[in-house]
Amino acid sequence: MRRTLISATALVAAFSVSFTATAQTETSKAGQLLATVNQDPYPSTYVPRPAPVTALVGATILDGAGNMIENGTVVMADGKVQTIGTNVAVPDGAVIVDAAGKWVTSGIIDIHSHIGIGPVPNTEASGDVNEATSPNTAQVWTEHAVWPQDPAFGRAISGGITTQHISVGSANLFGGRTVVVKNVPARTTQGMKFPGAKQGVKMACGENPKRVYDKSGPSTRMANFAGYRAAWYDALQYQYDWDLYDAKVQQGDPAAKPPKRDLKMETLAKALSGEILVQMHCYRADEMALVLDMAKEFGYHVSTFHHAVEAYKIADLLGEAGTCGAMWGDWWGFKLESFDGIRENIALVDAAEGGCAIVHSDSNVDIQRLNQEAAKAMAAGNRIGLNISKAHAWTWLSLNPAKALEIDDRTGSLEPGKMADVIIWSGDPFSVYTQAERVYVDGALTYDRFDPSKQFLSDFEVGYTEQGELK
Amino acid sequence: MRPLFIPVCAAALTIASAAAADTLAIINATAHTITDRGVLEGATIIIDDEQIAAVGVDLDVPADALVIDAGGRPVTPGLMNVVSKIGLLEVGQVSAANDYSLSGAPFSAAFDVTAGINPDSVLIPITRVDGVTRAVTVPSIRGEVFAGFGAVVHLGLDDDLVVEEKAAQYTAFGGRAADAAGGARGALAVFIRQAFDDAEHYDKNRRDFEQNRTRPYVLHHLDLEALLLVLNDEVPLVVDVNRASDMRVLMDIADDYGIRMIFNSAREAWKVADDLADMDISVIIDPSNNLPTSFDNIYATQDNARLLHEAGVKFAIATTSFNDVNNPRNVTQIAGIGVANGLPFDAALRAITRSPAEMFGIADDYGTLEEGKDADVVIWEGDPLEVTTLPTHVIIKGDLIPMDSRQLRLRDRYKDLGDDTPIQYR
Repeated sequence: MRRTLISATALVAAFSVSFTATAQTETSKAGQLLATVNQDPYPSTYVPRPAPVTALVGATILDGAGNMIENGTVVMADGKVQTIGTNVAVPDGAVIVDAAGKWVTSGIIDIHSHIGIGPVPNTEASGDVNEATSPNTAQVWTEHAVWPQDPAFGRAISGGITTQHISVGSANLFGGRTVVVKNVPARTTQGMKFPGAKQGVKMACGENPKRVYDKSGPSTRMANFAGYRAAWYDALQYQYDWDLYDAKVQQGDPAAKPPKRDLKMETLAKALSGEILVQMHCYRADEMALVLDMAKEFGYHVSTFHHAVEAYKIADLLGEAGTCGAMWGDWWGFKLESFDGIRENIALVDAAEGGCAIVHSDSNVDIQRLNQEAAKAMAAGNRIGLNISKAHAWTWLSLNPAKALEIDDRTGSLEPGKMADVIIWSGDPFSVYTQAERVYVDGALTYDRFDPSKQFLSDFEVGYTEQGELK
Repeated sequence: MRPLFIPVCAAALTIASAAAADTLAIINATAHTITDRGVLEGATIIIDDEQIAAVGVDLDVPADALVIDAGGRPVTPGLMNVVSKIGLLEVGQVSAANDYSLSGAPFSAAFDVTAGINPDSVLIPITRVDGVTRAVTVPSIRGEVFAGFGAVVHLGLDDDLVVEEKAAQYTAFGGRAADAAGGARGALAVFIRQAFDDAEHYDKNRRDFEQNRTRPYVLHHLDLEALLLVLNDEVPLVVDVNRASDMRVLMDIADDYGIRMIFNSAREAWKVADDLADMDISVIIDPSNNLPTSFDNIYATQDNARLLHEAGVKFAIATTSFNDVNNPRNVTQIAGIGVANGLPFDAALRAITRSPAEMFGIADDYGTLEEGKDADVVIWEGDPLEVTTLPTHVIIKGDLIPMDSRQLRLRDRYKDLGDDTPIQYR
């Protein structure tokens, strides 16, 4: 079965390029649309705002990849990091920002946000987090509900968030597709979409799906797993049918009839092939271990366990699987499956061989200060002797979530050629007293704490508050 | 001292025996007294039995005292968080483990959380090792106008945590709260006034009530008894409220009935700060609340704490969001966020010690480092409001608290996964 799947993927990839003629497409527009699914129907229209060449000079730099540079300089040009280091020649004509005494870091990536789909004000009219009508709603797409005027986007940028992974909620076994956005002002969701970033599929373990569907099922963790597995088999069958069809087309069979397109199965088949990343809400260690076996059973990879409050109990297993844990600094106890939360969770996941720790928010309040959540986790780890440096802890906010989202070749650290997603902090970002003063997205000044014209005022707030009123 | 956990290591044994000492002396303290004496460098704090015996520099240390050298680090009063479910909540979403709200009870204001307070809750050690030594444990509203009485508790080693029963009555006012009175603020205001009118009427006509000769009341007579404590100024009325206009409505009610009100959450309090100061109404805020989460708090801002301070309003900083019920310990962080947004450090520290003590009627015994106060004293690794610092020592009513909690034990069970001993044997 695994082999079929892999060859199918290869076939589809080749097919979508070389497809030319079948009985259907010659005669039917519908047939053509049916056979050649548009892989990017709501494409990103995000274009970085033009920005002058800018040099941030004299700062303490955390590059997001684990390095600290004292008295360093970052030069941004054409939206990219051009140079970074201590003895950097500033290009003629560059805008020079004196960052002496300040700290400069890579932008923060929050891998667990519901901003835009669970906007403020919280109302039934605007709440679009969970399509809680069926345990499997893999067919729904987060990006179809993201409201770019959620005031919380503006609060998030004031905390240095440059990229967000926005995800449907955890009511369902399969919640739907997720979307990665740059935290920029835009009229449309397409105007925020991170160009080329993969979608994810949100899955959920444990209490939520079994509580929400208590009457109709699943009502137990057993049925949760039965539900996942049945869906994966359906997806394999679906892909197999399409592979057969594609093979017939390749052989020039004029009678080849495309199988029925199924939006739910499209998502799941892409998750199995790796075109869509698997993002799974899971608290308990034993459940995460079972999910890792299920991933082997069906030949897919779990990008990240989200919340992962008990990840410290199986940090070694996560490291072996190459699966990240995206965690809170200290949330615990709000439900039984979070009762065993400890402040060392992030640091212990990080410390395991192959460990990939991520600090996430799941909150439009905490997203404004993820640096402080990382600080708490770092301090907790250091109290048990893990010797975590600030430079290393910054990877939890930056390079690790970029890796988990497979955008680490583009952002997540301040390396030449990568997106110039950069924060200037008033001081050490591991202090409660420190504020993000400026945030650059793709080299463009997108937030300035001291310049009202560089602060987001959402449409919702117009008529209530003024541009630049501190929030 | 009641051994909270069986001591399993040498450190815990040391602490256990230390806790038995009658006299403690903290030397080399940077003592934040929260009094007119301000911050005392190189201070000594002498603790005799349950109380602070002396605070000052160049004090003689009694020969029998257990001496703790603070090494110049900050020492503060134990912190107080006035919005908590301490002792009432074990696990969110497990209703049978929780005791803070009613559904279908014949009364509401008469609900007194005290009988539900469990001194063995694991939340207590988890909270106190981070420096919180006092709390108000608060009922939640679920469909009624009044929620009942909260209690002031300490987080020490006694089985009886209650410092003050029936410390405050709770209600709410706003768009959501109005559902309890039919769905509009105009009805909720009528209901609240009628409830107090009824309480007065009931008090003056008790004999008639017993003989079924009074007019109908909007609440159960036990609730009217409860509201009499508010009318007689024996307890404050804490109102969950955010919108500025709602606070004005409540100020009128407070004025008309002579009620001492405290506004909780109060995200738009900065807009009525001068009126609050004039009327001596204090507020409870979380300085991190800056989102328009509902149409009741469009003007939420991180400047709230600073602006209230500048207007001379008395306020406590507390974890007012329900999301924080398991983390009352994070009151230090939100106080620090207030400072990051312009609140002076000393005012922030006062807002989690002395001010809440004054607001909830325990300031004679707690809230400052001074002679005669209960010995709730915390020695910190560094700046108490920083996210990277925690206490090194916590003393509650004179007891040196074991720096131990269920979370720390889970940590120690799992920090070495390479150890061959099965987890269940560790």
